Amino acid sequence: MAVDGSLVGRAFPPTRPYRVTDEKVREFAAATGVDWESGDRVPATFPIVLAFDAMNAFLDDVEVELSRIVHGEQKFSYVRPIAPGDVLVATLSVASLRQIGGNDIIGTVSEITDEAGAVVCTTSATLVHRAAEVA
Amino acid sequence: MTLEAGAELATKTYPITRASLVRYAGASGDFNPIHWSDRIATAVGLPGVIAHGMFTMALVARAVSEWTDGAEVVDFGAKFTNPVVVPDDDEGTSVTISGTVKSVEDGLATIALTVVSTGSTTGEPQKVLGMPKVSVRV
Repeated sequence: MAVDGSLVGRAFPPTRPYRVTDEKVREFAAATGVDWESGDRVPATFPIVLAFDAMNAFLDDVEVELSRIVHGEQKFSYVRPIAPGDVLVATLSVASLRQIGGNDIIGTVSEITDEAGAVVCTTSATLVHRAAEVA
Repeated sequence: MTLEAGAELATKTYPITRASLVRYAGASGDFNPIHWSDRIATAVGLPGVIAHGMFTMALVARAVSEWTDGAEVVDFGAKFTNPVVVPDDDEGTSVTISGTVKSVEDGLATIALTVVSTGSTTGEPQKVLGMPKVSVRV
């Protein structure tokens, strides 16, 4: 089932505030083979933890199964580095939508903002919603 | 370290096993079953369990951090052009990351990357990211 084209331009509610902690960053870094110490720079792809949360809420809303999603493209554009102690939210909006070969190509942008409301990082993701095979 | 335009950065190879995917899923919150269930991966038309694109990207960020002594990343992007298929065995697969400094200007070094994996459907090394590029503050 194709995703509704009227979604383009729609912004979804911000995610629950997320406090960045040393322990969570260390766990994320360790999962990528990095021995992270307090004071080290937070891994560049860490904001995906928030962006993914925002994406899950979006997929639930539009009733798309996660298993039918493949990641097409991802970008991070930082205003400042993330650091433990930051309390962040992600706000996802749908930037574009097109259909290719029965698949939906969904362009999303998630703005990661801090407690002051300042943008820390903008992440954009292209999600490929794979069509079910025709029987 | 000093990054100069044209510099070739030392190639890095990192292993990926099913255990890596489970661990990354837990740490990132990405529990898409195509990254841990062959049954579901094949049901949606994939060749088998594939690595999270974001796991591959995280490994690229690791390489960049090692090359630049943890420089601040300002921009980072890639397309996921081919999946990294991860077999359910002890060896798994790997990704190999190489980089060239394209430019150093206005306090930013831009690095063009090549990311290859043998975790392709043919077993031959194949590029898995399209136009991966990172800019770091120098």
